[in-house]
Amino acid sequence: MTTPSINVHQDDLSWNLPARGPVGMYCLIAAETAIFTIFVVAYIFYIGKSVTGPQPGEVLHAPIFLTLCLLSSSLTIHFAVRLLRGGGVVSFGVWWLLTIALGSIFLLGTLREWHHLIYDEGLTIQTNLFGTTYYSLVGLHAFHVTVGLLALATVMVFTLRGDVAKQHAERVEVLSMYWHFVDVVWVVVFTVVYIVGR
Amino acid sequence: MSTQSISVPGTDATRSPLVEQLHQWVTTVDHKRLGLLYIFYALVFLVIGGVEATIMRIQLIRPLNNFVSPQVFNRMFTMHGTTMIFFVAMPLVFGFANYLLPLMIGARDMAFPRLNAFSFWMTAFGGLLLYFSFIGGDGLYGAGNAPDVGWFAYAPLTSQTFSRGHSTDFWTLSLLVSGIGSMGTATNIIATIVCLRCKGMALGKMPLFAWLNLTMGGLVILVVSPLTAAQVMLLVDRYLGGHFFDTQAGGSAVLWMHFFWIFGHPEVYVLVIPAFSFVSEIVPVFSRKAIFGYPIMVAATVGIGFISMSVWAHHMFTVGMTSSGNTFFVLSTMAIAVPTGIKIFNWLATMWGGQIHFRVPMLFCIAFLFQFLIAGLTGVMLAAAPFDWQLTASYFVVAHFHYVIVGAILFALFAAFYYWFPKMSGRMYNEKLGQLHFWLFLIGFHLTFDFMHIPGILGMPRRIYTYEPGRGWDIWNLIVTIGVVFQAAGVLAFVGNLLWCAFRGAIAGGDPWDAWTLEWSTSSPPPAYNFPRIPEVRSRRPLWDLKHPEDPDWHYE
Amino acid sequence: MGASFIPVFLLAVPSLSPTNIFAPASTPAQSIFDLSLFVLEVTAAVFVVVFTLLAYAVVKFRKRKTADAREPAQVYGSSQLELAWTVVPVLIVVVLFLAAARVIASIQNAPKPDNAIEVTVIGHQFWWEFRYPSLKVVTANELHIPVSDPAHPTPTFLTLLSADTDHSFWVPRLAGKTDLIPNHPNSTWVDPHETGLFLGQCAQYCGTQHALMLLRVYVQPRDDFDRWVREQSLPAQITGPISEGEKIFERTACINCHAVAGTAANGRFGPDLTHLMSRDTIASGAASNTHANLRRWIQNPNTIKPGSKMPAMGLSDPELDAVTRYLETLR
Repeated sequence: MTTPSINVHQDDLSWNLPARGPVGMYCLIAAETAIFTIFVVAYIFYIGKSVTGPQPGEVLHAPIFLTLCLLSSSLTIHFAVRLLRGGGVVSFGVWWLLTIALGSIFLLGTLREWHHLIYDEGLTIQTNLFGTTYYSLVGLHAFHVTVGLLALATVMVFTLRGDVAKQHAERVEVLSMYWHFVDVVWVVVFTVVYIVGR
Repeated sequence: MSTQSISVPGTDATRSPLVEQLHQWVTTVDHKRLGLLYIFYALVFLVIGGVEATIMRIQLIRPLNNFVSPQVFNRMFTMHGTTMIFFVAMPLVFGFANYLLPLMIGARDMAFPRLNAFSFWMTAFGGLLLYFSFIGGDGLYGAGNAPDVGWFAYAPLTSQTFSRGHSTDFWTLSLLVSGIGSMGTATNIIATIVCLRCKGMALGKMPLFAWLNLTMGGLVILVVSPLTAAQVMLLVDRYLGGHFFDTQAGGSAVLWMHFFWIFGHPEVYVLVIPAFSFVSEIVPVFSRKAIFGYPIMVAATVGIGFISMSVWAHHMFTVGMTSSGNTFFVLSTMAIAVPTGIKIFNWLATMWGGQIHFRVPMLFCIAFLFQFLIAGLTGVMLAAAPFDWQLTASYFVVAHFHYVIVGAILFALFAAFYYWFPKMSGRMYNEKLGQLHFWLFLIGFHLTFDFMHIPGILGMPRRIYTYEPGRGWDIWNLIVTIGVVFQAAGVLAFVGNLLWCAFRGAIAGGDPWDAWTLEWSTSSPPPAYNFPRIPEVRSRRPLWDLKHPEDPDWHYE
Repeated sequence: MGASFIPVFLLAVPSLSPTNIFAPASTPAQSIFDLSLFVLEVTAAVFVVVFTLLAYAVVKFRKRKTADAREPAQVYGSSQLELAWTVVPVLIVVVLFLAAARVIASIQNAPKPDNAIEVTVIGHQFWWEFRYPSLKVVTANELHIPVSDPAHPTPTFLTLLSADTDHSFWVPRLAGKTDLIPNHPNSTWVDPHETGLFLGQCAQYCGTQHALMLLRVYVQPRDDFDRWVREQSLPAQITGPISEGEKIFERTACINCHAVAGTAANGRFGPDLTHLMSRDTIASGAASNTHANLRRWIQNPNTIKPGSKMPAMGLSDPELDAVTRYLETLR
């Protein structure tokens, strides 16, 4: 708060260091990777160790459509950022909205899957080790999707109010890095839960 | 060092009223103030953790003593360990990094000042949560008080079955919360070093301090996160009825051990690498020589960082791993002795041929070298798995890790205090009082922790609140407890010296040690904006170049 | 100073402590001791070399009063030196690693001979249950095993289980620790070369009374051991009509946790009491097995072992006397 408004360092062009935004985001991604690794390890460690049913093979169905939605949202956000860098604020908004829509479809699909598992199959987080690890891992990912959607929605609100312009492309890109990360994590979660674990 | 030409809000000479000053401290995002907050906070907890240790030592002074109940004793060692690691050592390390990094790399603040404040207050909140358990731990069940599950909280002792009430919840929540703060600070440290170095400070021209803290930051990011994940799992177990560590539903107690030590062992390096960073700055200045083997010091540090993440299961040699598993962890653990040895030799080579000034910071550094050497060698003994089957969970291992944490890390921290406090307060400490502190603490340390190895060899397990006579442990425990008196007296002298340094000491001036790194190029204490003009550097010792224009470092680097 | 090293060699005296790890009496403890001597020698040598260098540097290169104001010659590094103090530690580490690996294999992968005694050890908060499946013996806290003649070894192999939290089986003169973890069976073995009483205790924090979860191992000549097994495998030797004490014992909650073979008592949460009087101690070694201690223990276990899982049953004085007398008939 007491940082002075002087800047004696502007003449300097030869000394370039990375921007702090992406570096900070890479740190966050590294930390999150470690957290997900621990949950994935726990999931794999407990595959087939539940003392009671239901087992994953009996109740899980691979959510192919949802996966496609989430993965394509990586593409749409990429286009959105590229358009904003070129100055196309309106087309940025369209692609951005599409990203939010795809992410929301994914989240709603997860909700539906959980509803089915809880009320039709009777699998809760207390049922057995599979329930505990499944809801924790998928839930942790869904939590990250939710946080991402909230951040995306905030940017959308700013866009609609006309506050987003070309010079914000770098910040938006930092956010898109997080979204890409969430998508990559889903690939791992999908593989572990719906392919290996079944 | 001309600060007078620039008028900056908040630096005018008139002192504002106390409430306003407090408000400024609470809302500050200045890296120097946050650094001091971290340090002050940690010192308060150092005293609390020390009192807990003293209670344990009084209980163990003779066999079958009745000073405290077993319940209280178990809470004391849990709180002592948790406090000292998470709310003393980590905040101290972060405090110094926060205060010094921007000054040493020629920046005006950390990369994310508001994240910095957020991280500090998360850590502070975590500590308060832990201690709130003394009041709130009874919870609804009327059982429990402060947590009593040990600082590594092995499952299933932490399950609802064995730990009723909320004491364990306070423990796990406090580590979760402070862990988020640690990750924020680590992010800040990394981003600051990567993005805010002044002109000319290529990675290879950073002070070793920056390199070592960069490694520490990376380690925190990678190893505190697993702890956070494990705490989330424990909360799922305790609150949502999950079974991660529920052995009655097929869960695994060993999995918790793995998760905890994946954090727990690198954590030692999170703490000791900053200690290395202090020593790597102080030893050259008081030997009047450049650090020896800078590139290999960097490589050794980064190497230690990486290897430290593959050694965790040496804490688990007795849990029944396969012989090949045990053998692998013997090798990886012993491998870490190589880069560590390289560091010791390089510090020795830095002193070699120098002119060693025995000021208080250097005294602590020499003691650090001596004690770290022994700590490393007892570490090698523990790394030999069969020897570890006898030594682990005994007082030998307690003595070993206190040799690391007190003998190395705390001694290096004391050195850092005496070296940099003149910069922080603008006043010198009292040299006589500092020497008194050093000798009292050295004697106390060796009385306590040298002799603590012996009951371990004679079969005394850790975490026992009492023991029977006739085991041959009595005399050693008595000596160990006597050492505490000297250590406490030493800490008293230290606190007195800090107060002296803050209010009464002689004015230090910008560069009291005739040192070479950038923090000494600005005034003491530095202005809010650190440097009136962002410096430019051409070597690792910019002030050496300034003081010896005829023979600057960049001719050789 | 250097206090960590020199006394270590002086500590290898059995009389210093009944739980001295440097007084091995069994093959695993002996191989560990041999390894530890080697490791100690190597580390002591390293210590002497590095400490000498440090002491020399501190004395030789201290700032002298006569020194002029000039800075000493600046040296930035030396590749040869760096190489030397990288390669030498690597060699030392390799040697130590190989030595350790050999002992790991020799202890962990030791084959179980056919004549081995098998015991299942179950850790409880805060006592030990010992079951000899093939010998039909169940006892608590005091493990009896035969001495093993190195020429014709009769080792004892222990399967380690836990009924609740983590514990660790540690009898320092016989072997290193092995943990007892719920849901995670472990094993260890000992082959004591001399008879006698070997002490140990739980070495993994297991709750309030971790400190008094003591462990006694009686190593007996083979004949004595066989006699002990014969006596222990019999049901309780109760003669005459059912005593008042037994009635109270069976009426109150005692039998929910304790078993007395041949009677209605068959609980498993607490120690088997069928041959209680054959044991030297009660409360997992926390008190000697005397009339007064036994009575005090039944009256209020917390006076001997605060935090113990056994509740005070609130018996009247006559009831206490009766139950104590009854337990004293369980030989």
